[in-house]
Amino acid sequence: MPETVRTGRVGRALRARAIAHHLFWPLVALGALLVVNLIATPTFFNVRIQDGHLFGSLVDIVRNGAPVLLVAIGMTLVIATRGIDLSVGAVAAIAGAVACVYIVKSPADGAAGTAAVAITMALAVCVALGRWNGFLVSVLGIQPIIATLVLMVAGRGIAMLVTGGQITTVNNDSFGALASGHLLTLPVAALIALGVFAATQIVVRRTALGLLIESVGINPEASRLAGVRSRTIIWTVYVFAALCAGTAGLIIAANTHSVNANSLGLWIELDAILAVVIGGTSLAGGRFSLTGTLVGALLIATLTRTIPNIGIPAEANYLFKALVVVIVCLLQSPKARAVLQRRGDRTPPSPSAPSREEAVA
Amino acid sequence: MTQADVTPPRPVVEMLDVSITFGAVRALDDVSLRLLPGEVHALMGENGAGKSTLIKALTGVYTIDSGRVQVDGAETQFATPAAAQRAGISTVYQEVNLVPNLTVAENMLLGREPRRLGRIDRREMNRRAATSLRALGIEIDPGSELGSHPIAVQQLVAIARAVDTDARVLILDEPTSSLDADEVARLFEVMRRLRDQGTAIVFVSHFLDQVFEISDRMTILRNGRVVGERLVEGTTQLELVQLMIGRDLQVLDRLDHAVQEAADDVPAEKRLPVLSAVGLGRKGSLEATDLNLYAGEVVGIAGLLGSGRTELARLLFGADAPDTGELMVRGSSRRRLRSPRHAIDRKLAFCSEDRKAEGVFEELSVADNMLLGLQASRGWLRPIPTATRSTLVEEFLTALDIRPADPSLPMRSLSGGNQQKVLLARWLITQPDVLLLDEPTRGIDIGAKTQIQQLVADLAEKGMSVVFISAELEEVLRLSHRLVVLKDRRKIAERPNRGIDVNDVLEIITGEPGGLAEKERADA
Repeated sequence: MPETVRTGRVGRALRARAIAHHLFWPLVALGALLVVNLIATPTFFNVRIQDGHLFGSLVDIVRNGAPVLLVAIGMTLVIATRGIDLSVGAVAAIAGAVACVYIVKSPADGAAGTAAVAITMALAVCVALGRWNGFLVSVLGIQPIIATLVLMVAGRGIAMLVTGGQITTVNNDSFGALASGHLLTLPVAALIALGVFAATQIVVRRTALGLLIESVGINPEASRLAGVRSRTIIWTVYVFAALCAGTAGLIIAANTHSVNANSLGLWIELDAILAVVIGGTSLAGGRFSLTGTLVGALLIATLTRTIPNIGIPAEANYLFKALVVVIVCLLQSPKARAVLQRRGDRTPPSPSAPSREEAVA
Repeated sequence: MTQADVTPPRPVVEMLDVSITFGAVRALDDVSLRLLPGEVHALMGENGAGKSTLIKALTGVYTIDSGRVQVDGAETQFATPAAAQRAGISTVYQEVNLVPNLTVAENMLLGREPRRLGRIDRREMNRRAATSLRALGIEIDPGSELGSHPIAVQQLVAIARAVDTDARVLILDEPTSSLDADEVARLFEVMRRLRDQGTAIVFVSHFLDQVFEISDRMTILRNGRVVGERLVEGTTQLELVQLMIGRDLQVLDRLDHAVQEAADDVPAEKRLPVLSAVGLGRKGSLEATDLNLYAGEVVGIAGLLGSGRTELARLLFGADAPDTGELMVRGSSRRRLRSPRHAIDRKLAFCSEDRKAEGVFEELSVADNMLLGLQASRGWLRPIPTATRSTLVEEFLTALDIRPADPSLPMRSLSGGNQQKVLLARWLITQPDVLLLDEPTRGIDIGAKTQIQQLVADLAEKGMSVVFISAELEEVLRLSHRLVVLKDRRKIAERPNRGIDVNDVLEIITGEPGGLAEKERADA
């Protein structure tokens, strides 16, 4: 009996630690969504190889979630410095517009070289846009939400100017491969996003960048007095966020072989911010979790996939999405957690509880 | 004396043996306070003496642990500040707690607007506000936007709002800290008017001259205890400061001797200064000041709060940009420090007095907090190698006796004293030539305090140049080789620390002969 009590206690402690982990509820929600899908479509988890490519719903989720994941990675670092970047959607549109217009105007509009130049040019433009945001925030000291709102609004206009207000369609297989191509049986879009994720994770944790970003976000004044070059750090994260947004824009444009300056990447900043918040990074800045952002982005991608799969009518689409997000955010809030904790603590004294506890252990 | 002739009026508020404990800290220890109608009562004491706690205990922000509060002779305990206000006890805080983009009248009657047919009666509101303002001699348009007036007027509006609720007790917490002389005069006029109407006014201020000008009586606090209740008439500034600062009886003889000997054999003038300020000043914080710092020397900065102690250190470090003057590091060409980064590259280090806001990163680990200064200097591309990291952290955890000695704990879980040691370690790891310490021992326990003092002495002995700022004069005198005295944002004296005692310093600051020092000299 004492043995069981002890294991029960250990089990309870483990469970408490798991629940306290910032990724517990997002992962539970992700799992629940997958189960719902599995019930609706029993073949949901099936992955098959066709023409040397992996196919299946799970693969689709990762592939379609790639743009949001990319934007969210950049957003995570910006938010960690107490900032926010609302312009990512517009930047994505500009990147897509620049690349597509270049390809269309180029004499060899089907060549791989043209696609490479187009992509490079688009990303170079993104660096300039990121520098603009960074300049407004770190040099002029404008509040990030206002500073990036400028480009959020103006950026669509810039993209319209680039495309001349037309929906530009491209016919370049190398460019299209960004979205629909496969490498080592995996979709290129997913590989790019996961590659950027891994590279960012390594850079921020293996160099001192992550520490300095967090220090700027936690206490800007103390950072300044400790000699942290906050201006450079802030500038860097906005440029990085713009690069991520640009890459996402290229993937979206490549997916449709076209660019519509009005709709490309529209509201993607909100999905990205949501992914960051679901992942447990506080909007107040400071400690950040890229892994959390990955989970958050996957959750959003799965959610988007779930809606048609379980037959929710298109009109209820946004309502359902909002519902899931509200539940996840509620579960993460410290107050809601405290309530759950209290309820959890009250269970043991009831007669049936111990046996259940032992069964779990 | 004169007090006995007049029958003292019944106190409007009487606090008896009030105690409040926060964790292990006794913030108020058997404190008693009497407020008589029609008097200005100054509440005096250095930072952390318990002034704010006492005010908050009276107005229901804090619950008292023991003791009694009587209002008009009836025992009361306010549960909330609103309850205190209903009983006629209003507080105006240092920062004006009003809404700048509403009108003056709207601010004054916020929450109790006159209504007609369910709608706010603007005309009635302006009329009422104008009446109350006129009663205090404040001539402004009640319909104008509050934010369009200078801070001083906003403060007066806040006071008008406070007394408008039939306040019998008005508490003014540092009302003059952002006012100039004319504005202070205007405020005092209003205060006198209210006093003559029978209001009891509690006045908290760090400006001694103002306290002596306006107050009738004062209660002096130190370390959460009342150390005196005096009539302002018949009390000198010197007596007051002595009561406020107290006599720190814990003397470190060994340190004293070492410092004295060192002070004797430092022919400072003949050597090249490590850091040299010429005419360094900034409008509103410090008048043009000259200062030379030499290797192996501790320069103590003495002066009361608001005298420019912190401002001097910040200007030396480049934390604030100076308007005038030049700063030379090791005889280099004349230039100013543009930023802390710039200063750190020239081997300067600065520990701010505001540990929480300007020093610690609460969510980061102790190790990260310790190494952040060095890491910032190396840039993000060159992380400190893991081996060096753990060696440095271990070394300084031991050297400074930081507890608990677990570098992975978040900084927030450490006590104030240990956080301070971690911050010291952050700077020592960067191996500075000049260490600027602003109140490094404030709010930390006596053990840690002694350790930090010992450390400062050791560092100077090894050749570092240290600037030591502290509100505790005893501590400054104990540690420094040279003493710089500031008053009213100006350097008023600089001399080697030979045979100077606390009374001498107070004499310099107040410009009054020190009673004790005089007596000692007469004895000798």
